[in-house]
Amino acid sequence: MAQVLTQKYVVGADDFAAAGAASAAVKKTLKQLSFPVDFIRRTSIAMYEGEINMVIHGGGGIASVEIYEDCVKITLADTGPGIPDIEQAMQEGFSTATDSIRELGFGAGMGLPNIKKQSDEFEIISEIGKGTKLTITLNANS
Amino acid sequence: MKLEQIMEVLEAKVCTDAAFDDIEILAACGSDLMSDALAFGENKGLLLTGLNNPQCIRTAEMMDINCVVLVRGKEPDDALVTLANEKEIVVMRTDYSMYTSCGLLYSAGLSGGDIS
Repeated sequence: MAQVLTQKYVVGADDFAAAGAASAAVKKTLKQLSFPVDFIRRTSIAMYEGEINMVIHGGGGIASVEIYEDCVKITLADTGPGIPDIEQAMQEGFSTATDSIRELGFGAGMGLPNIKKQSDEFEIISEIGKGTKLTITLNANS
Repeated sequence: MKLEQIMEVLEAKVCTDAAFDDIEILAACGSDLMSDALAFGENKGLLLTGLNNPQCIRTAEMMDINCVVLVRGKEPDDALVTLANEKEIVVMRTDYSMYTSCGLLYSAGLSGGDIS
């Protein structure tokens, strides 16, 4: 499994206007590398949901993307407040988003479940007061 | 259904520059919350929303959606139109409500598709 390239993006805290720019850049790269259309779509949706979470909940952070010949590994690490109950956060419909976030179109409580659904491997580690690290892998052939 | 027909059914006005003569839409979803829309599983879909900020275009971009319809008479802001033109995504606006817009399109033969 040869690595093709690595990309790193700084995701700004509360920078809602720029939210999604990293995911858009990764999508463009995957298109240039001629990955299958459905795989690119799954990867884009999963990363975008994660990027939005970093902006609205995580206080920003670093998105690292490792692109291999047949898969993509994405690590989203923030330094936000952390998730007290991951099991609860994984339930569809559960959200701690404020009304102001909902007015911006997010906070349906579908983000994490949707990321997991799109991914082949999903790991989330969170520590209160230190932040959350989400690592997902998507296989191009699955 | 061709985008031109969708425009007629919704009495919609086009707000962007992208050409749409040949775009065929196979299914539609309607939501003001983008995470709900992101769970929509269909390719070649249409997004109806009352969310008039650039994140509806980002959402469409990630999902390979070619057209976003703003309902309830919402006007797109400049950032939305700029991003949509950059991504070649068609944006239309209609004065119909979300409920009526969805009903009109469904009655005209456009299905809701599947949830992924």
